[in-house]
Amino acid sequence: MTEEGRSTARGWAFAGPALAWTLVFFVVPMALVLAYSGFRRIGGSLETTLSLANYERALGTPVFRSALANSIEVGLLTVAVSVLVAYPAAYLLAYRVPARWGRLLLALAVLPFWTSYVVRSYSWLLVLAREGVVNRALLGLGVVQEPITLANTRTATVIGFVHFFTMLMTLTIYASLVQIPASYRKAARDLGASGWRTLVHVTLPLSVPGVVVGAFLTFVLAIGDYITPQILGGARELLLPQAIMLQVQRTGDFPMAAALSVVLLAVIAVAYVPAARRFSLVTR
Amino acid sequence: MRRLGTIVTVVYLALVYAFIFLPVATLMLFSFQDGLVPVPPFRGPSLRWYASLLANERMTAALRNSVVVGLGSAAMATLLGFLAAYGLARFRPAAARAIRALLIAPIGVSYLVIGLGLSIGANELGIGRSLGLVTIGHVVINLPLAFAVVLSQMSEHHEHLERAARDLGASEPKVLGLVTVPVVLPGLLAAFALCFTLSWDEFVIALLLSRFDVTLPVEIWSALRTGLDPETNAVGTLVFALSVGLLAATALAIARLGRRRSA
Repeated sequence: MTEEGRSTARGWAFAGPALAWTLVFFVVPMALVLAYSGFRRIGGSLETTLSLANYERALGTPVFRSALANSIEVGLLTVAVSVLVAYPAAYLLAYRVPARWGRLLLALAVLPFWTSYVVRSYSWLLVLAREGVVNRALLGLGVVQEPITLANTRTATVIGFVHFFTMLMTLTIYASLVQIPASYRKAARDLGASGWRTLVHVTLPLSVPGVVVGAFLTFVLAIGDYITPQILGGARELLLPQAIMLQVQRTGDFPMAAALSVVLLAVIAVAYVPAARRFSLVTR
Repeated sequence: MRRLGTIVTVVYLALVYAFIFLPVATLMLFSFQDGLVPVPPFRGPSLRWYASLLANERMTAALRNSVVVGLGSAAMATLLGFLAAYGLARFRPAAARAIRALLIAPIGVSYLVIGLGLSIGANELGIGRSLGLVTIGHVVINLPLAFAVVLSQMSEHHEHLERAARDLGASEPKVLGLVTVPVVLPGLLAAFALCFTLSWDEFVIALLLSRFDVTLPVEIWSALRTGLDPETNAVGTLVFALSVGLLAATALAIARLGRRRSA
């Protein structure tokens, strides 16, 4: 055997167990999901002739179509609000706060990441409940006369998401802001640009990669999440992951759940295309 | 003008941090509530809900299960990830890019879909849901991260150390055990801690693949059905304290390893 061949054989031998694990417990299950999405559950039995019937239902039935639309809307809204909250915070931490403080504050900002995800959604329920902190404060201040309904609404879902992803986006945007050489902004100022023009024409365009990475991660993680909409949004308005879980838990319709899962992955793949173009900017 | 800028900075950051910490602070405060519901007004402080939590056998069993699943899946993922990273970094086999892409791929798929796939697979084989299946699922989501973390720690400098050991007559297992592992230990530790935290916190795969014995997030989830409950605040506060403690311990251990090396 040649030197190169021996090296390849060894490399494969070491990677073998991990590859086998990924093949058996990831690739095969994904293939099963794809196959099942073509099956049908009729009565209590599985009809294994492949068809696109589940996809027709997924895109044609009002329940599923609105779940898909709701998911995309909530995902985009979450991304937009999170960017609006996180960008100024990251900007101030990167440029306006002394470096030592900046890092400490950044570490502090991600601390609530370490509460369990289920518990974090529950904590927002405490805050937003009819008797919760927000309503008590509003009633106490005389802003409202009656407690307002916050829990079990789309607003609550978005608040829960924005809370989690503001932390994430502050990190990614901060990381790309501190990479911009200070001389760029100084040059703009020396050439007579106002602080505002420097922000719009220099800092903002150069920090786009951090925003895109954060936005993509946020969209993907939010649209695939079952916990936050289920705990905070309630069951009145379904998002896609809730629709999938309903198929699994209530009706036991695995083929339908599989088809909806493929739709979910397709949405993520579509979101990846514009993001990937920006990713290449990051590495270039 | 400068003064105004400072005020804006302080006010904006204060608002953002208030938003970030509001739910955690509420959770913690009302875990000490001396009453039946964790909403204002605050009465207490009382430790009664922590006492009732320790007496709750379902919760303590779930906590144990979570630790076992977390340690098991983190150990397995770190081991497999380390071997693969070592093989790729040192032997640069043909198709290394393809191997790397395949091992990283599960990151791009929602946990829900991974759980669904494993659930369908177990059904097909007639395997019942269990904590063992949950552990397998957690290795699937942890392996890409463990692999990526360890791979980033494999530097060429280390390769020279290994070559020197080989030239001095060390066998392949000896090189691995006496040179490679000690050198990438901080990376292994970081990977292990990351995997443990992810498994510890993971919910939807655990829900889909477990039945009678469940992990902590699933048990907390079932407790939520009864509504707002100070005991849930107590368990949430404990989980938070444990996670932060683990994080701090890991950071300290890695820093100490780094110092020992440079000393």
